[in-house]
Amino acid sequence: MTEAVMVKKEKIVENFEPKIVGFLCNWCCYGGADMAGLGRMQYPTNIRIIRVMCSGRVDPEFILEAFRRGADGVFIGGCHLGDCHYVEGNYRTQRRVILLKEYLRSMNINPERLRLEWVSASEGEKFTRVVKDFVKVMKELGPFDGSDKE
Amino acid sequence: MSEEELQKSKDEEPRIGVYICHCGKNIAGTVNSESVAEYAAKLPNVVTAKDYLYTCSEPGQNMIRDDIKELGLNRVVVAACSPKMHENTFRKTITDSGLNPYVLEVANIREQCSWCHMNEKEKATDKAKDLVRMAVFRASDLEPLEKMTIPVDKSSLVIGGGIAGIEAALDMADAGLKVYLVEREASIGGKMAQLDKTFPTLDCSACILTPKMVSASRHPNITLLTYSEVKHVDGYVGNFKVTVEKKPRYVDIDACTGCGECAIVCPVRIPNEFDMHRGKRAAIDVPFPQAVPLKYAIDSEHCLYFKNKLCTTCKQLCPKNAIDYDQEPEIVELTVGSIVVATGCDTFDASKIPELGYERYPNVITNMDFERIVNAGGPTEGHILRPSDNKEPKSVAFIQCVGARDEENELYCCRYGCMAAMKQAYLLKEKLGPDTDVYICYIDLRSFGKGYEEFYRKVRNMGVKFIRGQPSEILQNPDGSLVFNVYDSNIARHMEITVDMAVLTLALTPPKGIDELQQILRISRGADGYFLEAHVKLQPAETHTRGIMLAGTCMAPRDITDTVSHAANAAAKAIDLLAAGEVEIEPITAWVDKDICSGCGVCLDVCPYSAIKGVDVEGHRRAEVIDALCTGCGTCGAACPSNAITNRHYTRKQLMDQVIAALET
Repeated sequence: MTEAVMVKKEKIVENFEPKIVGFLCNWCCYGGADMAGLGRMQYPTNIRIIRVMCSGRVDPEFILEAFRRGADGVFIGGCHLGDCHYVEGNYRTQRRVILLKEYLRSMNINPERLRLEWVSASEGEKFTRVVKDFVKVMKELGPFDGSDKE
Repeated sequence: MSEEELQKSKDEEPRIGVYICHCGKNIAGTVNSESVAEYAAKLPNVVTAKDYLYTCSEPGQNMIRDDIKELGLNRVVVAACSPKMHENTFRKTITDSGLNPYVLEVANIREQCSWCHMNEKEKATDKAKDLVRMAVFRASDLEPLEKMTIPVDKSSLVIGGGIAGIEAALDMADAGLKVYLVEREASIGGKMAQLDKTFPTLDCSACILTPKMVSASRHPNITLLTYSEVKHVDGYVGNFKVTVEKKPRYVDIDACTGCGECAIVCPVRIPNEFDMHRGKRAAIDVPFPQAVPLKYAIDSEHCLYFKNKLCTTCKQLCPKNAIDYDQEPEIVELTVGSIVVATGCDTFDASKIPELGYERYPNVITNMDFERIVNAGGPTEGHILRPSDNKEPKSVAFIQCVGARDEENELYCCRYGCMAAMKQAYLLKEKLGPDTDVYICYIDLRSFGKGYEEFYRKVRNMGVKFIRGQPSEILQNPDGSLVFNVYDSNIARHMEITVDMAVLTLALTPPKGIDELQQILRISRGADGYFLEAHVKLQPAETHTRGIMLAGTCMAPRDITDTVSHAANAAAKAIDLLAAGEVEIEPITAWVDKDICSGCGVCLDVCPYSAIKGVDVEGHRRAEVIDALCTGCGTCGAACPSNAITNRHYTRKQLMDQVIAALET
């Protein structure tokens, strides 16, 4: 095993605000994010949302490009398994994310920087909760500077 | 738009107009819309950027229309509410000025910015600028798309044959649609068939429901599929492929005349579900005498033939020789243009609150039990008798909101319970005499509908005692009567009340089977467990999946009045959708560049709709998209290793530029 050891860098960076790109599927998670707004649920401003019809549209290249361009984290939100508007697109997403996390690890990128969540169109509260948590984890990890390896 | 025009607009340099909406104070109260507009004006390809109080208003839309003409805009960005709210509004706005609807991009700076960062004005404004920059980058890449229409099947599937399903089916059938009404039970009618009277007019429930049931069964445009369940749904708006399983009745439905000889001779007697397990029925029976269709069915779980093959009494005595023990489930395949979900609801299981004594004390009954007891066709033939000793109760208490408005059970109001209890209190006073003591223990009285407040006053004037408070526990006296303590907050007094019978008014709950149906239809559900409507106020009968409508209590608890209105709404939406014989669909399909395609076939494997086929191009295998089947999910584009697939409106460049814009500071 030549697996690189990912460590939390404990980089103390004052007022670090992680940059997060979020890909949300139109039918579930995007609706969930709208629902959070409608319910005036408050969460940090760090996420920049890109709407796709299905989480299955998210090409791993988009994710890698986001990291290359300085994203500290990438978020993907889809329908719950079994509820995909396109039958099974989210299963494709899940498989890709599992593989991609392995790839990220091999590239010395902490796989925690990529987050996949299932959020239904009514789960504004869940969307709020997972974004808050993701931002918190990204703050703990510190800024992404091309490598998470010590 | 002709092909030439399409090509021309593709080749033009982007000239973008950006419109930042204040939405009154909804956006501008948090986001500094003016500074966002100033920022947007400096972005590449932006010709004009303006902020406006209400962009969706007529003057707001006119501003965009005029700018398109005067400034020669060929792309428009609106930064406002969610695209789910007004994308279509602004698409229409720009088409009025000759632009293609797909050169519009909406930046969601309300639901996904101002409303969720209300205490961080500066950061929210920064985020809004980022979202607008992302939209501008994407807009530069947007391409006009040619609209697509597909032929639709002028037919509808209605799932559930209660009052909502019947109403929707009749409305659609009258408008000329072919309707398949699928009901899980052996008869249509649903919960309403079990009720005795309906509030506030005290109409006999069966008298107003049965004619509709009969109309539905006789309507030339309606096919009833009772004792059947939807097993699978494929396809999309206008062309849903539905698989329905007809469960075996073990009775030839064409031969059975509904004479009932079989039920008389059947030796089995089991509790009757229709009478809330209070009466008895045979193992071969109809659910209730007015059943539609009036066709018997064997309950194979209790029938002796299915237990030991010894009893064949019904088969021997059936005058029409309609009994067929060897019947198998039958699969029916349907193609329909739309689907109306009308699966109704269940009532709360009162035994989950054991303190109230249901199932422990015989004289604690539910309001559904009461409906059967008070009904002339019920187990007591309409005599109100308390279960423990079959004597007329001299005093009755109604306990409201059982399982409803309760953080441990259902949080929502059931919307029927107050009126239902008042109606039952009225019937008690009417049938047992004005001296009967009737109490209604409530949290709040909600008599909000037409004629409801008047009914409340009528019942109050009859001497029904309203107690604002609920007992936490009901106890039984040795004589079978019940006793409870309650604090009436209206008069600030504790009291002990003894009654002969207590009636629990139950919450409504999502129906059993809703989990399976959700997976079959792939539509969303709310936190309360009910199916989710497309918009709570403006699209209450539609779902986010075009072509699938909701009718009645499968969407939220409501009474019959509201259910019928909702069902008519769902039917109207289905009729509206299918009337033209074709529907416009989003032209966001995938397209394969055969010069780049290597013919690997990965896309064929990942497509959930088999919308991609392999074709031969000069001896090489290449992929090709079947437009009519493609739904635009984009999974193929993410999987293609050669980037040979373009997902229209969600192209690689459009999405990549959004990523770049998001991270450019």
